[in-house]
Amino acid sequence: MKEEKHALTPNKWIDNYADYLYNFTISRVNNSDLAKDLVQEAFLAGLKSAKSFQGKATERTWLVSILKRKIIDHYRKTNSKKGQAEVRMNFYDDGENKGSWLEERVPQNWDNASENQIENEELRNQIEACINNLPEKYALVFRMKTVQEFETEEICKELDITSSNLWVMIHRARTQLRKCMEDNWFNN
Amino acid sequence: MFRNLKITCDQATTICDKNQYSEASIKDKIRLYIHLMMCRICVKYTKQNTTLSNLYKEHSQYCKNQKHYLSVKDKEDLKALLEKNKE
Repeated sequence: MKEEKHALTPNKWIDNYADYLYNFTISRVNNSDLAKDLVQEAFLAGLKSAKSFQGKATERTWLVSILKRKIIDHYRKTNSKKGQAEVRMNFYDDGENKGSWLEERVPQNWDNASENQIENEELRNQIEACINNLPEKYALVFRMKTVQEFETEEICKELDITSSNLWVMIHRARTQLRKCMEDNWFNN
Repeated sequence: MFRNLKITCDQATTICDKNQYSEASIKDKIRLYIHLMMCRICVKYTKQNTTLSNLYKEHSQYCKNQKHYLSVKDKEDLKALLEKNKE
C-alpha cells in the first residue's frame, strides 16, 4: 500500500503559512523585524531545499522545522558574538563566598509590591523591557518557558539543550529580571 | 548526609526558580526549606519570586491571546522575493 505523500506548493506558501510562521517566531523572539527576517530566511531555505522534500511530513511541519533551525542558528550566532559578557552575575562565582549573594545584588525590600499588582499596560511594557534586556538566549528560554508556557521537554528538544542547561538559564534570567523589575518598577 | 543538604544561595534560588513551575524534586525542596531556615535573603527572594510569577502569569495570558499578522506589503515583498529566487 502506498502512503500518502505530501507535495510542496511554493506559490501558496505566503498565503498559507506566512502568518502562522510569523506568530511562531514572534512568540519566541518578540521582535517584529527579527521575526520577519527569520521567516523570510526560512522560506528561502525551503525553496532551496525543496528538491530534498520527501513528502513524509506536511508542508507546514516541514517549513516549521526549517524555521526552528533558523531561530537556533540566530541564537548561536548572537551567542558567540556577545560571549558571556552580558550575563550579569548575582552570586560570587569562586572563593570562600562561592554561591553567596553579591552585595550589590542582594534583594531589597519593595516599596510598592501590593499596589502594583494590577494588570496594566505600563507594567506589561516594563516586563517586556526587562526581558529584552536579557542576553538573547536567556530571553528566548524565558519566553518559551514562562510566557508561552511550553513543557520543559519540548523546549529542550527544540533548542537541543539539557534540562539542567535550561534551569540554569531560567535561574539566571529570573534573577536578572528580578533586579531589573526592582530597579525600574517596584522601587522606582 | 547533612553535607548533602547544605546548599548555597545560588543553588537555593535555582531550586526556588524551578519550583515556580512546580518542577523541583522533593529532595530539592527539602534542601531549599533547610536553606530558608537559615537565610533571610533567600526568604525575601522566595517571596518576591511568587509576586513576580503572578505578574509573569498575567503577562503570559495577555501575550498568548495576541495574534500577529504580517502586513499586506510584507507579504507582497515576500512573494516577490520567492518568485525571484525560484529561477
